[in-house]
Order: sequence, then structure tokens, then C-alpha cells
Amino acid sequence: MLQRRKNRLGFWGWLGGGRYGPDRYAYSLHRLTGLGILAYFIMHIFVTGQRLGGQQRWEGIMASLGSPTVRAGEFLVVLAFAFHAANGIRLVLAELGLLIGRPGVPAFPYSYSALRHRPVLIAAMAVAALLAVAGGVDLYFGMH
Amino acid sequence: MRESKLWTWHILSAVVIVVLLGAHMGTMHLGGLLERLGVGSGDPVDWARVLHRSRQTGYMATYITLLGAGLFHGLYGLRSLFLELSLPKRAERAVGGVLAVAGIALFIYGSYVAVALVRGSGV
Repeated sequence: MLQRRKNRLGFWGWLGGGRYGPDRYAYSLHRLTGLGILAYFIMHIFVTGQRLGGQQRWEGIMASLGSPTVRAGEFLVVLAFAFHAANGIRLVLAELGLLIGRPGVPAFPYSYSALRHRPVLIAAMAVAALLAVAGGVDLYFGMH
Repeated sequence: MRESKLWTWHILSAVVIVVLLGAHMGTMHLGGLLERLGVGSGDPVDWARVLHRSRQTGYMATYITLLGAGLFHGLYGLRSLFLELSLPKRAERAVGGVLAVAGIALFIYGSYVAVALVRGSGV
């Protein structure tokens, strides 16, 4: 029990990257975006449930969701989704042992799986950025 | 063994979500952009379109699949966050129980809406 308490990191365990570099911050951001998406998803279930109330109720709800604040919130959800999806695909690939390289003799210059996997992280972030830009353009300059 | 099974389901649900939510986001959040490119077909939240989609059995099945996958993935992820706080065992079990009940309740509500709309409610 004492050992269990001693090793307890609490919230710093979620957010702090320590000396682990960008992969660790991607981990923290993955969790934060996951929480945001979950909160939005639960709200979304109730909003889409308003379809049962008929056209008038639906159109009233949609009208109330058209304010700039709600649109900014919606854009945050798009950002969170773009990051969480792209980073999540990277994590599933790593979980399956893909794109992390083969184990080798530890000879100078040293290489390790996180370093070999770094280009995949950069590619995932590039995909997330593209999705976020497309979502932002659609939200603010689209036809709706 | 139980935890590794749950983790496998967590990853499988992520794959389902990437496919179905990707299609959903493309339709709902890139619709305007696609329309400008000559691919889209109008406002996806327009009532006539919403009702048309909601009446289709295939849409209902997709909606319920995404609902189940999303709830499991999200709530299992939330449970993992709590477990990493090194809570007492009883608290860990309580968190798991509360999240399971919440997930089942939300799934029942969402599924009820989807099935009721296919059967003609909402007019």
C-alpha cells in the first residue's frame, strides 16, 4: 500500500512529459482530446435524440446551435477528432508492432523504437493538421 | 485475461470508429467543402435530409454500431484514466460499475431513438 502511494503520480502522471519527449506529450494530448470527444459525444446523443420531437423541435435546436461560440466549440471538436484519429491510428500500428523497426544490437549511434517511429508521429500530425484545416474551412467558409 | 480481452475490444472499436466516424465527419463536417468541389449534396442537418436518413434501416444499423463502439471506446478509455490514478480497489470497481451502467443506459437511449425513427416516429 505504501509503495502504491509512493508511486502515485496523480494528475502530473497524465500531463507531465518528463524527459520522454514529444511521444509523451502526444500521449497526454490523446487523453485530453479523448475526454473532450467523449463529453461532446454524450451531449451529441441527446441532441440527435431530439429528432423524435419532430421538425419544429429539431429546427429550434439547430437554430440555437448556430451561435459563434457554439461554432468555435464545434471547431475544437473537429481539431480534437483530427488529432485523436490520426494519433490513434499510429498507436494501433505501434500496438501491432508495425512501423517501429526491428530490434538490433545496441551499437553507437544508438537507435530505439520511439526514435525509429518518430517519422510516423510526424506523418500522423501532418494528417491531423490537414484534417483540421479542411474542417475549419468547411465550418467557417462552407455553404451551411 | 479479462483486461486483455477488454483492451482488444478497445482497439477493435477504434477501428470501427475510424471507419464509421470518418464517414460521418466527412458527410457532416466536410459537406460544405465537398459541395464547393461539386461532390456534396446540400445541408446535412436540414430536417428533410435528417428524416430521410433516419428512416433507412441501414443508417439505423450503422448508427447503433457507431453508438456502441463509441460508448465502449470512450468509457473504457475514461476507466483507464481513473485506474492510472492508483485508486483503492473498491473505488476502481465502483468506477467500472458506474461507467458500465452509464454506457448501457446511453446505448439503450440512443438505440431507442434510432429504432423509433425507422418505425415512423418524429413526424
